Amino acid sequence: MARVMINIPPRAKRGEIIEIKTLIQHPMETGYRLDNKGAAIPRDIISRFICSYNGDEVFRAELFPAISANPFIAFSTVATKTGELVFTWIDDNGQIQSEIRQITVE
Amino acid sequence: MRVLLAAGLAVAAAVTAATAEIDPEARRSGYDFASPEIRAMQDDDTANPGMLWVLEGETLWARKAGAAVRSCQDCHGDAEASMRGIAARYPALDAVLARPLDLEQRINRCRTENQRAEPLAWESEDLLALTAFVARQSRGLPIAVVAGPELRPFLDLGKELFRQREGQLNLSCSQCHDDNWGKRLAGSVIPQGHPTGYPIYRLEWQSLGSLQRRLRSCMTGVRAEPFDYGAPQGVALELYLMERARGMPMDTPAVLP
Repeated sequence: MARVMINIPPRAKRGEIIEIKTLIQHPMETGYRLDNKGAAIPRDIISRFICSYNGDEVFRAELFPAISANPFIAFSTVATKTGELVFTWIDDNGQIQSEIRQITVE
Repeated sequence: MRVLLAAGLAVAAAVTAATAEIDPEARRSGYDFASPEIRAMQDDDTANPGMLWVLEGETLWARKAGAAVRSCQDCHGDAEASMRGIAARYPALDAVLARPLDLEQRINRCRTENQRAEPLAWESEDLLALTAFVARQSRGLPIAVVAGPELRPFLDLGKELFRQREGQLNLSCSQCHDDNWGKRLAGSVIPQGHPTGYPIYRLEWQSLGSLQRRLRSCMTGVRAEPFDYGAPQGVALELYLMERARGMPMDTPAVLP
């Protein structure tokens, strides 16, 4: 599985806007490049990223070939209650990577 | 004729005078030339893509390898203590080979001699990861290559190569990085060429890469034939660059455009 870095505050006040930063290792091969024998390198990108907070989807992104390798996605959400955030990346090959992080809301 | 000759000599003198070394006070790393956005990316470990390799390297450090079934950790212990400041002293003399080895070569030599494993390929993910992990332990520490008398000939060779014109563009490293740093080459600022943050994450590469890769791409840029990975000339050039950057703090894994 790919290496992932997620930066999320471990605790927050209720109603506070928190920033979440994610970074995942992925080649994001565009599908437009040729290898040194002239054959097309098949496209392999992360096409979707979803973040859900206690089961509710709070952020979703569609990714396209112009996005760099190792995509960095930062977004914000409102801390509502203690629970878990699930981060999911889905790529062209159908590989799904999920990570879970806990947050405590006071 | 005499006037022309005199003018020619004056130009030659000007060119010679221009190839002066950078004053230690005026030295600046790639970070100093980078945009605020890139600096922010480098400074935040959770936004610095180079950290993906550092984390991978930490895993590899503890993984047993080769016929000896030993990991780096089995001999060297905790990298935070044992590898502190090590990368800041490389390339370093290998007493057996009687020549300097850079950090990548040192890691591979340790693999073949002590772990009895296959050496890792240049620019492979594993070699970059291990190098980045080791070099990360020197972050903030001053570059301090040990330039003893045995290394002197290699240091001199590196300096000579740095000042030697080459390629179809007939340019030396020094002409850009000593004489014209701070100016622009197309849209990019010419840095002074201090190797403080290698292996480095270049946005252009969309990957981590070694100093050797950087040197090779500069050589291709002036349309010269690059040295092979790990060639003695390349290591000599690395050695000279590190000596030239003596005292500057390491910032591996650095991020550059």
